[in-house]
Amino acid sequence: MRFIFKTSYQQDMWLFRDAIQRNWYLALLIAACALPLVVPTYLIDISLVFIYGLCGISLMVLAGYTGLVSLGHAAFLGIGAYAHVYFSQDLGLPWLVSVALAVVITAGVGVVVGLPALRMSGVYLTIATLAVAVIIQEVLTHWDSVTGGLKGKAVNKVVMFGLTFGEQAFYFLCLACLLLGLWLTQNLLRAPTGRAWVAIRDSEIAAQSMGVNLAAYKTIAFAYSAALMGMAGALFAHKVGYLAPDIFTVLLSIQFLLMVVVGGLGSLHGAIYGAVFVALLPVLISEARDRVPAWLGAAFSVFGAHAGDSVFSAVDRFVKQPALEPGVFGLILVLFILFEPLGIYGRWTKIKLYFSLFPLYKRATFKRQKTYMRSERLR
Amino acid sequence: MTLFEAHDLAINFGGVRALDGVSFAVETGHVFTIIGPNGAGKTTVFNLVSRIYEPARGRIVFRGEDITRVPPHEVARRGIARTFQNIELFEHATLLQNLLLGRHTHRRTRFFDDLLGLPRVRSEELAHREAAEKVIDFLDLQRYRDSLIVNLPYGIRKVVELGRALCTEPALLLLDEPSSGLNVEETEDMAFWIQDITRLLGITVLMVEHDMSLVSRVSDRVLALNYGRPIAHGTAKEVQAHPEVIRAYLGTAGGGDA
Repeated sequence: MRFIFKTSYQQDMWLFRDAIQRNWYLALLIAACALPLVVPTYLIDISLVFIYGLCGISLMVLAGYTGLVSLGHAAFLGIGAYAHVYFSQDLGLPWLVSVALAVVITAGVGVVVGLPALRMSGVYLTIATLAVAVIIQEVLTHWDSVTGGLKGKAVNKVVMFGLTFGEQAFYFLCLACLLLGLWLTQNLLRAPTGRAWVAIRDSEIAAQSMGVNLAAYKTIAFAYSAALMGMAGALFAHKVGYLAPDIFTVLLSIQFLLMVVVGGLGSLHGAIYGAVFVALLPVLISEARDRVPAWLGAAFSVFGAHAGDSVFSAVDRFVKQPALEPGVFGLILVLFILFEPLGIYGRWTKIKLYFSLFPLYKRATFKRQKTYMRSERLR
Repeated sequence: MTLFEAHDLAINFGGVRALDGVSFAVETGHVFTIIGPNGAGKTTVFNLVSRIYEPARGRIVFRGEDITRVPPHEVARRGIARTFQNIELFEHATLLQNLLLGRHTHRRTRFFDDLLGLPRVRSEELAHREAAEKVIDFLDLQRYRDSLIVNLPYGIRKVVELGRALCTEPALLLLDEPSSGLNVEETEDMAFWIQDITRLLGITVLMVEHDMSLVSRVSDRVLALNYGRPIAHGTAKEVQAHPEVIRAYLGTAGGGDA
């Protein structure tokens, strides 16, 4: 196990823990840049991972760091998407300006949603955000002149500086936006703003007595979270290519929440893991639909052609169930809450610790202790 | 010189009169202790000072300024820090982060400085860190610097909470039962720290405490409350010998309300 000897206070403010960690992230970045060469057919799916990554960061700031759980984030995504499409296509503003405006507008709506939220806490706040999301969805449906109403609205490809972005360029654009979002958020989290958020999450009363203006910081958290959603929404519009109000439903909000819970509350890593999971699971399931019955049929055909055929048709019928995807999502969420409340990131840290302590790892290291203090809340 | 004054404080919770006509003044540099049986309204006084409750009547004056109506988060900015009876730390943050949050009132950067990670944020963080490290040295917390609060034992958490309050560089420190849940040795340490805080750091202490040996060791003035009313006021010895106080704690010889 490596121990890092710190020699200056600055070291605690570095973006990366040390050179080794930085190099790992560099390697990851290079891998992400090389991905278009390896799996060109899945580029658009991986772009969605990056977009969902932004959404994950957004909800992580709010739910994981400030402790305000929102079930209305799909509505922010929708506002970002519609605002961007309206500005760039209907008004013909340049792409960057249009995205910036979409971000500002979404942040503004975030503030408006956040204001009543200051008086509510816990599950009441969640219900309030849910209500707002439903209202916003109705507005998107009925504001024909801007949103195109139920007919929806076709979205052109990204055009920046006169260049039209293809699939590959769009992939890199999404990656860049995700990196920007990560950097900005990491800046906030290691500065007084982020500390105040964590303080609000863990004890509002203590935060207040230490001079944190609860109203101001909760509003900032809502605005920042919504702004990230706005940026994600602009990209999302290009990804789906066609906007309709029924994309931005409560189900999508629940998926975002699933993302941060499965990824691991309270870490940016968790947001990204969750995004990978939520964005790629449907792809995996559709791949499985195509291939697994044939594989299993082939495997069982050693017991005779009849066995192979019947297994094939049985499995085929199962994987073609229309509700398979939400079912699998739900099952995984339940399993995570039961067995790994810290999410994928929590599991990853345990695995890492296992190897760095090998052979001295004790299962009890992460054993949930019976305590009767408030620490129980996030566990 | 009077640093802090409470004038005729009163508050009701439903039909319960939690405080009624409580007045006292704390001199600069003193340790002022409020004692009293459970439910006497000691913590309520603190919660009035930190503006968690709204008083039904009365005024709170700090450094000559009436702070009865300032917003809760402004109280810390005026120079009043507090600890809580049932520790209120940020449990999923490290000890260092907890102390740094104590520096919140001293922050000068704004949201967009933080967002872009400007050099000004960094230099300010360094200054905060220096201040937090001083507190860590003062309270001997070096070895726990990077531990999460959830992983720390109760006694240490109590000290961390004291440290977080000290990080705000207050003029008045409110300690709500600093020795509760501590063993004899830890209580001893706490007594030394309270004395050091007043003598070395020049911070005035207003404290609620049950442990009478600690009270008589560190207090300059003691106020005894019972059922929300002041019953005795004076030095620790005077208050302990006061017949009303003895009756409040032990009841009367004839049975009474024991």
